[in-house]
Amino acid sequence: MSTIDQNTLKQQDNEAGHTTAVAVEDVYKSFGAQRVLNGVSLAVSRGETLAILGRSGTGKSVLLRMIIGLQMPDSGAVLIHGQDIAGLSIDRLSAIRKNMGFLFQNAALYDSLTVAQNVAFPLQHNEKDGSDSEQSDRVRQLLSEVGMDGHLDKMPSDISGGMQKRVGLARALALNPEILLLDEPTAGLDPISSAEIDDLILKLQSEHRMASIVVTHDLHSAKTIADRLILLNQGCVTAEGTFQELQASNDEFVREFLKHS
Amino acid sequence: MSNYQVDAAGGSTPPLSVRPTSSPLPDGGSSKWVITEFLEWFGELGIFFWRVVRAAVTPPFEFHELIRQLDEVGSKSLPLVAMAGGAIGIVLALESVQSMTRFGAKSLLPAALVYSVVHEIGPIITALIVSGRVGAGIGAELASMKVTEQIDAIEASAVNPFRLLAATRILACLLMLPLLTLASDACGLLMGWIALSTVEPLSFHQFIISGFKGSGFNDFLPPTFKTSVFGLIIGLVACFQGMRTRGGAAGVGRAATSSVVLSSLFVILADVVLVKFIIIFFP
Repeated sequence: MSTIDQNTLKQQDNEAGHTTAVAVEDVYKSFGAQRVLNGVSLAVSRGETLAILGRSGTGKSVLLRMIIGLQMPDSGAVLIHGQDIAGLSIDRLSAIRKNMGFLFQNAALYDSLTVAQNVAFPLQHNEKDGSDSEQSDRVRQLLSEVGMDGHLDKMPSDISGGMQKRVGLARALALNPEILLLDEPTAGLDPISSAEIDDLILKLQSEHRMASIVVTHDLHSAKTIADRLILLNQGCVTAEGTFQELQASNDEFVREFLKHS
Repeated sequence: MSNYQVDAAGGSTPPLSVRPTSSPLPDGGSSKWVITEFLEWFGELGIFFWRVVRAAVTPPFEFHELIRQLDEVGSKSLPLVAMAGGAIGIVLALESVQSMTRFGAKSLLPAALVYSVVHEIGPIITALIVSGRVGAGIGAELASMKVTEQIDAIEASAVNPFRLLAATRILACLLMLPLLTLASDACGLLMGWIALSTVEPLSFHQFIISGFKGSGFNDFLPPTFKTSVFGLIIGLVACFQGMRTRGGAAGVGRAATSSVVLSSLFVILADVVLVKFIIIFFP
């Protein structure tokens, strides 16, 4: 899909007026005496990719885990398609999570299942109406999309970190999510594998047009895949905008961060 | 799962504190600290149990995983339980021969053996064996999944881990313990008869007839089915210890150890209560 096509689609989404897929409103979170998030707010629309940058320990991953309900804020709200997920039972949260995909930092593949079984897992437990052959076809299609179609029967321990990330991505896409959350998708990978993952995310984004949030330390990756970036510092959003807008910022922390990244 | 968010009413509450599975006492640890930890542990166990019960009785049901767990807990424990039951039968028979001959009650040997195996030794030995094999297995498996974020991944895949992981394992323990106890009892009696026969020839038919003489279902069913409670304790404690673990490989080790230690301890304590209960209600 060309950039012009994408922009047209985003514009159509915006005109439709129902595009905010994820909204985080004034969220605070502490672990003991340590305050990790200090009034963070953000919003992501359908078809948009937001990168969250920041130093280690600034609560980027915590924020991502809150968005999918694995952790709850001390105060503030996390809205998924307008619905506050605080106070929901685990089964109601699960219903919301069917529209979300999450790639964990270490892929978190099920180590007792094969690559194909890992990708089939969300389908088997959420789409029980589908036949085995339909699910099998879907698994092959997903693994083909991420370039892992030749490794169906391998165990996670038998494949590299980059391949595990790809499988994790395929698993995250299994339920055709409208929201994709990626926690350090290129962490620990060599530059070539990182570039491949970036290309893959761009390709998937253009095909599926999800609302994506990417937590990363990798400024190059963020610049490549994200429409918009936010920079967290000491639990607060220090800067927000396109890469060019961040580059033009006069904020000392932003300049320091960009200089050393 | 990083936190326990849902309260008894099903709504979210601030997450319970997550701490090492088996925290060492602080230097000069006070009794107040120990009591607080103890009560908190029980409170969290109660909330965990409630969440598992809610997950177990609401669809979708995880039949496939339940069958896998029945096999894991049942058929894979059978050889161990049978061997332990058989060994205990032999020991009991040989010990009883000595003591009962001394008191001139040799004719009561089969009845004494049947009574002690079926009433107490079979159920408790089975429960302790299963606690060691299955409790450690569940504790270590779930703890390993927890520290590698696999349980979070299950939750992120829109699957309730309490239903998929905990409810199936607890139910499998609950259903399999009585069956394993029957197998253990049978092996104990068979091997006990063989051991008795080496001292004094006695046909198996005679042994069974005199062993079960004057006994009714009330003598055998309650002691066998009390092991369902033991199964509940083993499954519950092991799942709880596993799913609240943190701290990498050391945490996994702690979870496995504490699963076995705590479930064995609670099985023995529960036995005390259940024996009294059975004596009162099934005299």
